[in-house]
Amino acid sequence: MAEGFAEAGADLELVGITKRFPGFTAIEELNLTIPAGSFFALLGPSGCGKTTTLRLVAGLEDPTAGRILIGGKDVTQTKSYQRPVNTVFQSYALFPHMTVLENVAFGLKRRRIADPLGKAHEALRLVELDHVAQRKPTQLSGGQQQRVALARAVVNRPALLLLDEPLGALDLKLRRQMQIELKDIQQDVGLTFLHVTHDQEEAMTMADTVAVMNKGQIEQMGAPEELYELPKTAFVANFLGQSNLFTGKVTSTGKDSFVVDVAGTKIEVPRERAQRHAGEVTIGVRPEKLMLHTVAPKAASGTNVIGPGRVSDVSFSGVSTQYTVSVPGLGEVIVFAQNMVFGPVVNTGAQVWLTWTVDHGFGLADDPAEAPRFEPDTDTKSIAVQKREKLEEELEEA
Amino acid sequence: MAFGAFATSAPVVESAPRRRSRVALLLLLPGIAYLALFFLVPLVSLILTSFQEKTPGTDIGVYSYAFNLENYAFIFSTYGEHMLRSVFYAVVATVLALLFSYPLAYFIGVTLRRFPLLQALALTLVIAPFFISFLLRTLAWKQILSDEGPVISTLKGLSLLGSDAHFTGTAGAVIFGLAYNFIPFMTLPIYTSLEKLDLRYVEAGGDLYASPARTFFSVTLPLSAPGVISGTLLTFIPISGDYVNASNAFLGSSETAMVGNVIESQFFTSQNYPVAAALSIVLMAAILLLVSIYVRKSGTEDLV
Amino acid sequence: MIGRFFARYTIWIYATLAFVFLLIPIIYTIVFSFNDSRRTNIAWRGFTLDNWIYLCEEQGVCQAFVNSILVGVIATLLATTLGTMIAIALVRYRFKFRAATTLLLFLPMATPEVVLGTGLAAEFLTAGIPKGMLTVILAHTMFCISFVVVTVRARVASLDPAMEEAGRDLYASPGQVFMRVTFPLLLPGIIAAALLSFALSFDDFIITNFNSGPFVTFPKYLYTAAAKGMPAEANVVASAVFFIAIIAVVVSQLSAAAKRKRLAKQ
Repeated sequence: MAEGFAEAGADLELVGITKRFPGFTAIEELNLTIPAGSFFALLGPSGCGKTTTLRLVAGLEDPTAGRILIGGKDVTQTKSYQRPVNTVFQSYALFPHMTVLENVAFGLKRRRIADPLGKAHEALRLVELDHVAQRKPTQLSGGQQQRVALARAVVNRPALLLLDEPLGALDLKLRRQMQIELKDIQQDVGLTFLHVTHDQEEAMTMADTVAVMNKGQIEQMGAPEELYELPKTAFVANFLGQSNLFTGKVTSTGKDSFVVDVAGTKIEVPRERAQRHAGEVTIGVRPEKLMLHTVAPKAASGTNVIGPGRVSDVSFSGVSTQYTVSVPGLGEVIVFAQNMVFGPVVNTGAQVWLTWTVDHGFGLADDPAEAPRFEPDTDTKSIAVQKREKLEEELEEA
Repeated sequence: MAFGAFATSAPVVESAPRRRSRVALLLLLPGIAYLALFFLVPLVSLILTSFQEKTPGTDIGVYSYAFNLENYAFIFSTYGEHMLRSVFYAVVATVLALLFSYPLAYFIGVTLRRFPLLQALALTLVIAPFFISFLLRTLAWKQILSDEGPVISTLKGLSLLGSDAHFTGTAGAVIFGLAYNFIPFMTLPIYTSLEKLDLRYVEAGGDLYASPARTFFSVTLPLSAPGVISGTLLTFIPISGDYVNASNAFLGSSETAMVGNVIESQFFTSQNYPVAAALSIVLMAAILLLVSIYVRKSGTEDLV
Repeated sequence: MIGRFFARYTIWIYATLAFVFLLIPIIYTIVFSFNDSRRTNIAWRGFTLDNWIYLCEEQGVCQAFVNSILVGVIATLLATTLGTMIAIALVRYRFKFRAATTLLLFLPMATPEVVLGTGLAAEFLTAGIPKGMLTVILAHTMFCISFVVVTVRARVASLDPAMEEAGRDLYASPGQVFMRVTFPLLLPGIIAAALLSFALSFDDFIITNFNSGPFVTFPKYLYTAAAKGMPAEANVVASAVFFIAIIAVVVSQLSAAAKRKRLAKQ
């Protein structure tokens, strides 16, 4: 191994990183630490700054301010070809004028590693593409190119491997397969992976730690389950999966929980799962935590009850069914129910009550005075339902 | 495309399978017939003329056919030196043009991508010399580089040149003129290639530990090879047949005569058409040979 | 730090020097068109506008210039027509002998001008056609065709055949499809080819020299004058052509940019 490059992954530290482009600021005062050997996902919508962050770490851009440290060493001033970092590009960027083997061996040859071709073959065997070693990249399918790009990066055993939405162009089945393979490779070889993506399912499946990024800032960071079950901001609540969000005033507070009045309905929220405990707050609960009842349930401590409401939509999606319930004062509430039996549990128009365990609720840090008020909005409705409503509107106008 | 240097680099649309039709023949016929008449026939004419010889006992300019290779033997023995000199000048001038033009093409095609207006301006400046007749351009250099001109007199004044040194009329001046006149022919094809270069490949090179210099030689240069090949061909071929630069009215002297000069003088002064024709045929054959070797080695798919 | 500065700006410095170098003879030619010269225009005597004002009084300059324009226009028309037809056929139709046709088109571009020149001269001699304006036009048309084909072909190849199919689908006859769909879409490429062809014809010397006899084009005039002494009026003509060409290019670029801006705003 050439000196300067780690045998195993190294940790990455971003300190006070700011990146300004003429006309807008992509990243403002970003601080981030990624421990060595972990699979880290940077998740966010397009334009949130995640790709910029990746390029800063790779050395393809210079930060306007701040420092980047890899394995404790300050690399902010070093150029990309001197950093122990490799990237799997979104477009793969496989050199079209070289064979697959030459592509994979390229980095090894530059660093004068012994037996570059042998190691390249090994890496190709890892991604099961040794049999196409002599072909040119243009002769491969998208999935094959993606695997070659991965081999080309991994073969160098970099301290840090960056992946820029590498699975975007693959079909679903291949994507799932690659997700498992990537995770295996990362754990086998012990590298530190930084995966940038807008696909929240991908991030949650593969990563040990996920950071949700929005407008150049990290909104929340943590293990996937933590982020999903306890979102701290409305953005995270809506970006990761779906949420039912309600805004109301805190009316009473207890030792472990407090009560929020949402248009007449009282909802209890545990203290330790809420970011704000007084005044106007936005609270929420995940759709799969809700239970449907066709008869009014008895009030019980530790359970929130809302309703009655009318089922306005039933949407079957294989594993589960999504019910949209119109509750007066609360708006449209979404319920996911696993399809334990054939067919929907209730039909459209039925009168239902919804309950959930108090401990499943969460409270957001957003101040409703500054942030949008939440009645369940279009974000949480399925796309098919949105389209249908829009069509109905248009027909009515016609 | 080797000679598509002047064509726009528009994307090619996946076309429907070509139709077989009478219309095709109708469209092709006039143009092809014209080329056959005014290109193929002259070539054949040249070949035939090269086998003629002076009819004994007649005036200048009267010939009859003799089916031997005397003319060819004659030109190889008498003008072999000129042929070698032409090749030498052409190679050196092409290399100089390449060394000059590549960075310029890189500047316009890569560095200026962020400034489209400047890019258009730069392209205009590269083509600008075309708009002044190349005869006048060459004459301008002759006068600038002449012994009384600013360049030589300054260098002599600074004692960098001996007092009896001169530049015009030497091989150096001819090569200089040849290289200068064909710089746009070299720059534009290379520019076309570099303009299409996906810079992400360069980024990938850097990501894989290649220094900027290494990335240039391993990634950028190979990917711009089609342009370099086009440019080299578009430059070398005209240069090898040029006689303006090497004539003594311009940058040359009687010692720098190239094959073109010989052909010109045989044709006009001596009215020795068979020899002129033979020389032309040899020149063309040599070029075709060199081009086919070059192209086969570099592997371009289609040249038109 | 200086190293970094150089690395970034070396290429800008090089490019600037390179452009200056390229323009030296042009500037020289233009400057000397204002020279108060006598027989030869070598030493600078003084500034004068006489050369520009009394341009055509110099023997032969204006006639040569007009001749070149005439030949250029006619040859361009012929070459563009013939070449466009070939280009369309090459891209859109199947036919036998495609390889031979391509070779025939490629060869003139690969042949040095001396060879083309002597060949044509030999042919005209054998056929008994006297050298003059006709032979020059015939020669120019010949070598321009290949360049036209290459330029237009690229344009035809980038044309979506679905356009013509849409035309036929909408009840247009083949002739109408060509006039209303194909030709307008090809026009930019055809114009580019025509301009290229005109430029090549106007500046051609070697082939013209072998095939013109007593007919004098502007480059031929320059060649003979170079030996005797170049009058400043020649510089005037060349400079005028240069300015017209530059202005034309700049205007077309600006109007294209303005058009793009207008379309983007809509």
